[in-house]
Amino acid sequence: MFALSPEGLERVKKEMRRYETKQSAIIPALYIAQQENNGWISDEVIDYLSRVMEIPAAQINEVFKFYTMFNQKPVGRYHVQVCGTLSCHVNGAPELIEFLCRHLGVKLDEMTADGKFTISRVECLGSCGTAPMMQVNDTYYENLTPEKALQILKNLP
Amino acid sequence: MKETKVLTEHYDKEEYRFLEGYQKWGGYSMLRKALKMKPGDIVEMVKASGLRGRGGAGFPTGVKWGFLPKNGEPRYLLCNADEGEPGTFKDRLIMERAPHQLIEGMLIAAYAIESHKSYIYVRGEYNYPIRVLEKALEEAYQAGLLGRNILGSGFHHDMDIYRGAGAYICGEETGLISSLEGYKGQPKLKPPFPAVQGYLKKPTIVNNVETLAAVVIILRDGPEGYRKYGTEKSPGTKIFSLSGNVLRPGNYEVPLGFPLKDLIFGLGGGIPNGHQLKAVIPGGSSAPVLTAEEAMRATLDYECLANMGTMLGSGAVIVLDDRQCMVDCLGNLMHFYHHESCGQCTPCREGTGWLDKITQRILSGQGQPADVDLLFKVADNMKGRTICALSDAAALPVMSFVTKFRDEFDYYVHNGKSKVKGKVLAHAQMYH
Ligand SMILES: Cc1cc2nc3c(=O)[nH]c(=O)nc-3n(C[C@H](O)[C@H](O)[C@H](O)COP(=O)(O)O)c2cc1C
Ligand code: SF4
Ligand code: FES
Repeated sequence: MFALSPEGLERVKKEMRRYETKQSAIIPALYIAQQENNGWISDEVIDYLSRVMEIPAAQINEVFKFYTMFNQKPVGRYHVQVCGTLSCHVNGAPELIEFLCRHLGVKLDEMTADGKFTISRVECLGSCGTAPMMQVNDTYYENLTPEKALQILKNLP
Repeated sequence: MKETKVLTEHYDKEEYRFLEGYQKWGGYSMLRKALKMKPGDIVEMVKASGLRGRGGAGFPTGVKWGFLPKNGEPRYLLCNADEGEPGTFKDRLIMERAPHQLIEGMLIAAYAIESHKSYIYVRGEYNYPIRVLEKALEEAYQAGLLGRNILGSGFHHDMDIYRGAGAYICGEETGLISSLEGYKGQPKLKPPFPAVQGYLKKPTIVNNVETLAAVVIILRDGPEGYRKYGTEKSPGTKIFSLSGNVLRPGNYEVPLGFPLKDLIFGLGGGIPNGHQLKAVIPGGSSAPVLTAEEAMRATLDYECLANMGTMLGSGAVIVLDDRQCMVDCLGNLMHFYHHESCGQCTPCREGTGWLDKITQRILSGQGQPADVDLLFKVADNMKGRTICALSDAAALPVMSFVTKFRDEFDYYVHNGKSKVKGKVLAHAQMYH
């Protein structure tokens, strides 16, 4: 059974008091829960949040499904999100994605066997002037070449 | 060739990101000035400056503020920092380099519209800008610039950050409101406009980051001073995000009315490796494309770009050179719009699906002779019939690409490959 840590639960409670209505705490609560559930949201997580927030599970589920930053299945410890939109596209994003997938031996959105990486293609991340780029968990890496990107991933602990 | 740094004058200084450094360069003196004025006079000042919204639609800011009901009803100010329009990365610059400038602009705006609560809605991926803003808000609260009785004026205002979670449509103002309210970020039918019925059904003003930061400059220079730059209908300076096939991509602040060719070939250093300019998308991915010839005559102001059948939008200039296949570029954009349609309106949900499917079919070499006209027809049917402007934002680029680069589309359909020599395209399965 999923349950938040006492600190996590306290953070959710705080978010519920932070805005005019407690509904506004759904997104922040999903972030907190995703962090504590290895980077994804399961049905159990939704049920748990529904109980502690006293909001119908269907309502939380609807919000969860709408936003791309909440993962619907497990991802690697490092979620590598490569921007594929136009400015990156014309600056080598397809080659970058292809190279990373080939070298890590995975398809898009598949996890490496050791659970370390998942590579995804995402839409514009607001870093178009430093294309191509990728976001690894919370961090942006810009002005990449395929080799440079692979080296960055290899250097991660 | 040089930039005209009005808003961004001190952005290169590390200390400008912190309260002390910001104040050293005159920061918060315009808030002090504003707090001694009548709120209505500030609204008039912003109206007189002619400032137009920098989020995409270019609506006059002072006029929008004037739509608020004239009663004591609580009202909200929402800063749109969702910045999802492909090619745009200027709001990120403002938040990272001058968070206090944004806070000061928001405070002046809040005082002018008599609002006691605001949110900065930041796209979820902007983790670093959010951290910079959080620190700045903390500093501002500690210094008595936020909270109760600000600087002894009797005005009180609370400001908070809301982190989005990945959805382009939350940049649309009513989608943003739905999202902030804790629902799916689906746009709502207008009217009622947010100024009358917005966040929690209360009067609400939604403004872009750059718009709100510019309010500080208007207070400092006055309407005439602000109008020293720009054109009659497009006053002031604006930050343009330059990207694509250009030697020196980046953010550049120039007066509105600046020649597009000077942005690309002057400030931007031109096209890399001796390639030729082929096309320019002048205002973010939703703006119809310009041919190279049109781009050479265009100026960066609302009226010129509207006359050329496109728009200034968010000020994101995407440069495409002769190595690019226009069918491939359109396919990339259609995948984006299909992915981002919120699905509420049939013409948008179905239309973006079809546009994505047809462009991918052509790209995979399976295009039918009728597909090019079909693209145009599908797009035409998506216009002006939906809750928000995303449907048009997907349709208009299609019509411009197909009309202006028809030969490339026809060639692709007939030959099963790109007209651009040596172009081997990433496969359709690249997208998923
Ligand atoms: C699909 C769509 C996406 C939008 N995305 C943004 C955005 O990311 N940032 C923004 O400021 N405005 C965006 N807008 C425009 C907003 O709806 C709104 O006009 C703007 O925030 C108003 O602020 P302004 O008058 O200061 O420009 C978008 C509009 C549409 C239709
Ligand atoms: S036009 Fe598209 S994105 Fe906008 S509300 Fe309708 S379906 Fe949603
Ligand atoms: S297009 Fe890749 S970050 Fe904007």
